[in-house]
Amino acid sequence: MIQVKNLIKVFGTKVAVDDVSFSVEKGEVLGFLGPNGAGKSTTMRMVTGYFRPTSGSVSLCGINMLEEPEQAKQRLGYLPENAPLYSDMTVASFLGFCAELRGLHGADRTRAIDRVLDLCFLDSVRNQSVDTLSKGYRHRTCFAQSIIHDPDVLILDEPTDGLDPNQKHEVRGMIKRMGQNKAIIFSTHILEEVEAACSRAIIIDRGKVVADGTPESLKKLVPGAKSLDEVFRSITKPDTAHKHAA
Amino acid sequence: MSNRDIQNTKAVFKREFLAYFNSPVLYVIVVIFLLAAMGFPFFFSRILDSEDVSLTERFFVWHPWIYTVLAPAVGMRLWSEEHRLGTIELLLTMPVSPWQAILGKFFAASCVWLIGLTLTFPIVWTVCYLGYPDMGPIMSGYIASYLYALACLALTSAISAITRSQVVCFIVSVAFCIVIALIGDPGVTHTIVSTTPDWAAGFVRFVSYFSFMDHFFELTKGIFVFRDVFYFLSVIIVTLIITNLALRAKRA
Repeated sequence: MIQVKNLIKVFGTKVAVDDVSFSVEKGEVLGFLGPNGAGKSTTMRMVTGYFRPTSGSVSLCGINMLEEPEQAKQRLGYLPENAPLYSDMTVASFLGFCAELRGLHGADRTRAIDRVLDLCFLDSVRNQSVDTLSKGYRHRTCFAQSIIHDPDVLILDEPTDGLDPNQKHEVRGMIKRMGQNKAIIFSTHILEEVEAACSRAIIIDRGKVVADGTPESLKKLVPGAKSLDEVFRSITKPDTAHKHAA
Repeated sequence: MSNRDIQNTKAVFKREFLAYFNSPVLYVIVVIFLLAAMGFPFFFSRILDSEDVSLTERFFVWHPWIYTVLAPAVGMRLWSEEHRLGTIELLLTMPVSPWQAILGKFFAASCVWLIGLTLTFPIVWTVCYLGYPDMGPIMSGYIASYLYALACLALTSAISAITRSQVVCFIVSVAFCIVIALIGDPGVTHTIVSTTPDWAAGFVRFVSYFSFMDHFFELTKGIFVFRDVFYFLSVIIVTLIITNLALRAKRA
């Protein structure tokens, strides 16, 4: 469903993403791991068509993102980092706006809004202004937006960031449930999350894919490692590494 | 224009237009616009003391200067706000083409001015009560005034696509609006021509032809010249194209 080939992104002289390729099939949940600044968000922004890759190709459900962006984006749901929202709207009107842009009108639109309000436990804040919501609710509102048209491909940039443990558990459960009939990519810093929700994980460091496999097979990469945490630390270089060397 | 284009533009337009009503910006700007547009003819142009009921010299003459300050205030939120909130990432990963979004937003801001300008109707009423004005120049004056406002808005839209700060966008847009109004001023042109070498005079005059002012006053005289309407429309189209390029450059 998601095909990413030889993706490269260069900002000025800095190579942010360096030749990344992977694919995600229907029914797969791919965890995207990596230290801060490794190129996770940049890669996701290219997959969603927000950034134009310097070179390489992205296709969703067989539709090339660079050639037919509108058709490809129709198949896609995206939760950007920090869950941006229009602060002057209510939850329901925001979701209505997103539904309209997704081509849902009239009764379909109302049904879609009701469905995601219910799914994301937002019924109680339906007519509340987005401005007055707490972080958890804001996050869920933006998440609701990404699944309003029941997309085949779902891309979530740190979907559990800033949530409390109960909400984290709930979102993980939701991702796992939806993963049965969608292709999902989500990025995270929390490694237990990968074991809890992902069928596969990619570790990316300094713009390159350094490991790709099931959580189980990743553990075997480093002999003697008992948890993903240890694997992660031994195959990615910390930001401070070059300072120690110098 | 496909059905999809219209639906998407309409959805963006609706959101943007309602956003104006949900914030104090619209009310503040319309009220200030009305105070200025209706007050200046009476207090500075002394419209009641004159024997003349045409609006060109006393009412429309103030509009370019009012728009110079107020049009950027309406337009500055168009894209700067999207950049600041990060919602631009949401908007541009929806199945919406940049043009649908640009036009939807531009039409929404245009409608704000339509409201403001429509609410100046009492002045037309006043001059009709006091005498028998020629309606032709009044109509063309309104068209000229609206086109001027739209040109300032489109200019602001382009600048707001570049910056995430509304304050920067406002100040830069006002500066641009002042410059583009002043380069056509006969006094300014004359001063520059007299201080530059002869070979540059033609160039100065050529540049001064790009000013909004000449075209604006031609239109308010009541001669509906297609050339001047075309000038404003081309300014709007060019600045909206710049908006599109700026948005593309912004997300590299």
